[in-house]
Parts: sequence; structure tokens; C-alpha cells
Amino acid sequence: MLVLAFAASGPLLIVLAYSFLRAGEYGGVVWTFSTDAWFNVVFHRDIFDETVTLAGAHMIILWRSVKLSFFTMLTTLVIGFPTAYFISTRPRKTRSLWLFLMTVPFWTNLLIRTFAILEVIRNEGLINTALLLFGIINEPIQMLYTDFAIMVGMTYVFLPLMVLPLYASMERLDFNLVEAAYDLYATRYQVLRRVIIPMAKPGIIAGSILVFIPSLGAFVTPRVLGGGKKMMLGNLIELQFGAGRNWPLGAALSITLLALVMIALLIYVRTTQHHSENSR
Amino acid sequence: MTAFKNKRTPFSLKKQPGFGFIAILCFVMLYAPIITLIVFSFNAGKQISLWEGFSLQWYVSAWHNQAVQDAALRSLVLAVQASIYSTILATMAALGTTRTRPFPGLTTIYMMINQPLMVPEIVTAVALLSLFAMIKMATGYQGLIYLILAHTAFCIPFAYLPIRARLEGVDLMLETAAADLYAPPWKAFCRVTLPLLWPGIIAGAMLAFVISLDDVVITEFIKSSGQETLPTYMLGQLRRVISPEINAISSVLVSLSILVVSLFFFIDKKFGK
Repeated sequence: MLVLAFAASGPLLIVLAYSFLRAGEYGGVVWTFSTDAWFNVVFHRDIFDETVTLAGAHMIILWRSVKLSFFTMLTTLVIGFPTAYFISTRPRKTRSLWLFLMTVPFWTNLLIRTFAILEVIRNEGLINTALLLFGIINEPIQMLYTDFAIMVGMTYVFLPLMVLPLYASMERLDFNLVEAAYDLYATRYQVLRRVIIPMAKPGIIAGSILVFIPSLGAFVTPRVLGGGKKMMLGNLIELQFGAGRNWPLGAALSITLLALVMIALLIYVRTTQHHSENSR
Repeated sequence: MTAFKNKRTPFSLKKQPGFGFIAILCFVMLYAPIITLIVFSFNAGKQISLWEGFSLQWYVSAWHNQAVQDAALRSLVLAVQASIYSTILATMAALGTTRTRPFPGLTTIYMMINQPLMVPEIVTAVALLSLFAMIKMATGYQGLIYLILAHTAFCIPFAYLPIRARLEGVDLMLETAAADLYAPPWKAFCRVTLPLLWPGIIAGAMLAFVISLDDVVITEFIKSSGQETLPTYMLGQLRRVISPEINAISSVLVSLSILVVSLFFFIDKKFGK
């Protein structure tokens, strides 16, 4: 057990320690204490005149990560909610088949799924070829290497993570309550908004968290679909550990990412506690 | 009035307008790209989006590509080892967490086992990289062992969950009965618990295998030079002009994953209840 404990938390502590060290000249670290890395996360020191400005590039990437993760979460929710509802209202026999169909893409390689999306949206890809063929557009629409492409990719890749917890909470939905609502002359929309959504709330929250966290740390999808230009936090970290040779900065960025995730988890715990108190 | 009523389909409690349509669209969306990918792996031409007739040439050329062969072999070796080790560890962890009385710190241990599921993969990758860099520096050893260790570590939770689920379904009475019949603990374990646990263990090992085979991020970070696995090889290729060979490799990997997951579901269905 002690071994397990060390294996789990040890490396993270090293990262924390690294973020307070100085960068070695050829990668790695020099064992002297410094807060330079943390300073560099937020600020940018000009090499020539030592003026200090906000590190715009880092802020843009950070903001893009949060923004895209949020929109990915929303899109998966909008698509995933009806889908989960659809699966949970199927007859018991076919339900497991639908569920199986939802899980299969989840277990296939993330890289391959991203690559499949790349094939569809690139300039010579399926969508553009089809649109050109039907004469709707004259020039291919540039979709690859944009924020939009990253979002589409992440939505595609993380969709099952939204549908599965939603399904889990909808499976237990009590349709007597729905019937009662209809008996009281509720419209379909009112039933959806006032009965079904509140009952599926734990699933909605769990699904949102499950999509938001991996989106925030996404690395493969933005790298393939965003090219080198549209980076997210994961790519920035990789850059510091790879070509950038600034391990402490990379470590500091990793801790920042971890902190963001922890905040998201904390919100999750808070809302679920709040929710269970309310329902009592 | 009655005529009007008869025209309508019977009132369905569960229906919501447009939901079925979105759901079907969602499934189509989910499968269309993968199916396109597989279809074009049989394309005769070099163009990825222009159909020029059926051919297996990309499978043949991928098969004869030395780099692909090496990477595929390495991936397999890695996945087999990682799934075996992580399943053994996960089984021990599952036994330790369900067959003992609840003790303080149990929640902490749950959290630690599931930690790779919570922490973003990239942070785990960076953490392992830092640790292994230190060890590499100290020992100078650059083998495959680091990748095996890392893969074992992040496969544990995936192996752990089905095993624990299975273990919770096994009746404790059976073990007690064995003990009552004077079976020493290890014998009770080998003859009673283990056979009952097999489906869970197999399922866990299969999930671990798929997870290890699919991993990109962690492998990309901690591999030493020349230790490409199939996914990292593909990631490298995606930066260049994409050859339909990649489609062929992807199709094979997708089929393999689907096969293993189908088997997993089959085992789960047969023994799960």
C-alpha cells in the first residue's frame, strides 16, 4: 500500500518541486530555488531591456483552453442529452445494444478518432468535397487548424463521456412522475424542463465534469486538428518539456492545469452535495 | 371528435419532440468518420477523399514497412506486459479493499487507485517524465522498462473496476464455507475465490490491454528515442503528408479494439448477472 501511495503521489510532488527550480541549459533542471517559472507563467520579461509585461501568449492559450472546454461541454450536453434520453426510453432488449454502440467508439483509439475527424473536415476532406460537388461553395472552407476544428474534434471524442453518466441517471427515471405531470395538463416542453431535467441533474453535472476535465488537458486533439498554431494548455506544456527545454515552466503550467481541474472537481462536489441536500 | 382522436398515434409518455432525430443523428455522426476511414483504407488511389477502386495495396505496404512492424511489435509487447502486471496488482488491490474490514484511509486508497482517471493525462505524463528522467540520470538505463511501468500504472484503475465489481458479486459465504471445511486461506482462495473471480479478471485484463494499446500522450512523453509504439508512430506521421497507410493501420487497430470490447461485453453479459 505504501508503494502504491508513493507511485501515485510521488511524481506529482516532483513536478511541484520542479516548478520552483531553475531551467537547465539543455533540458532538465538545476537544483536551485527560484520562482522564475511561476513568474513566467503570467509575465513575460523582455530579453533586451528587462521590461516586464503580461505574457499574452500564455493568457491566450489559457483562455482558449477554458473557452473551448466550456463550449465542448455545452455541445456534448446539447447532443448527448437527447441521445441518452433516447437510449433510456428504448425497450429493455434493444437498450443494451444502443449502449454498446455508444461505448465502442469510446474504447477505440483516441488518435484514430481524431484522425477520422481530420479526414472529414480538411480542405480535401469529405465535407468540402461534397459541398464543392453540389456547387454550394466554390472554394473549400478552411476548417482545419481553427478553434472550431479543435472544438468539433473534442466534441466528437468526448461525447460518450457525456452520454454514459446521463444515461445512468435517466435509466432510473420514474415515469409515473412524468405521467402525473401530463395528467396535470403540462405540455411536453414543461415536462422536459420541470420534471425530466431536474431528475437527470446528477447525470448532467457528472457528464459535464467528465467532459470538461479531459478537454482542459487535451493534447492529441488540438495537436492534430489545431496544427502548431492553435495551441491549448496541454500543447504548451509539451512544448516546454520538448523543444522549449524549460522544464520548470512546464511543471508550473502543469500545476496550473491541475489546479484548474481541482477547482472544477470542487465545484462538482459542492453542487452534488447541495443537490442531495435539496432533494432530501 | 372521436375521429380526430383516432387519427393520432397513441399518446406516448416518453416521447419528446426531436429527441429521436437528434439521437439517430448523433449515432450517425459517431460512426460516419470511422466508417469513412475504414472505407478509404481500401482505396486504390493515393487520394484520401477520391475513390478510385478497391485495393488492398495500403495494407500490404503497411505490412512491409519496417518502422510499422517494429512499432506494432513494441505496442503488443508493451500492452501484454502492462495488462498482466496491472491486472495482478488490481486483483490484489481489489482483494485488499473489499475483503477486509473498512479501515481508516480506505477512501484515500480509492482515490489513489483512481487517481489516473481524475488527473489530466498530460499532468501524469509530465510527472512520470520528471521521475524517470531522474532515474535515467542516476542509472543510465534506457530500456523499455519505463514504458512498461508507466503503462502498468495507468492501466490499474481500468483493470480494478471490473474485478472489484465481480468481487462484490461473489458470495462471501462460499469462502466462509471453505474455511469451515478446514481449507487453509490460500487453498480457499485458489479453489473458491479465484475461479469465481476469473470473469472479472479476464475482463479487467482486456480493458487494460486496450487502454495500453491506445495510449498516446504518456508514451509520447516518456519514450526514449527509437521507442515508437504504433500510436506515437502515427502521431508523428500525421505531421507529414498523410499516406493511406495510416488508414490501413487505423482500420486494423479499430477492428482489434472493437473485437476486444465485444468480447468484454460478452463475458460481462454471460457472467455478470
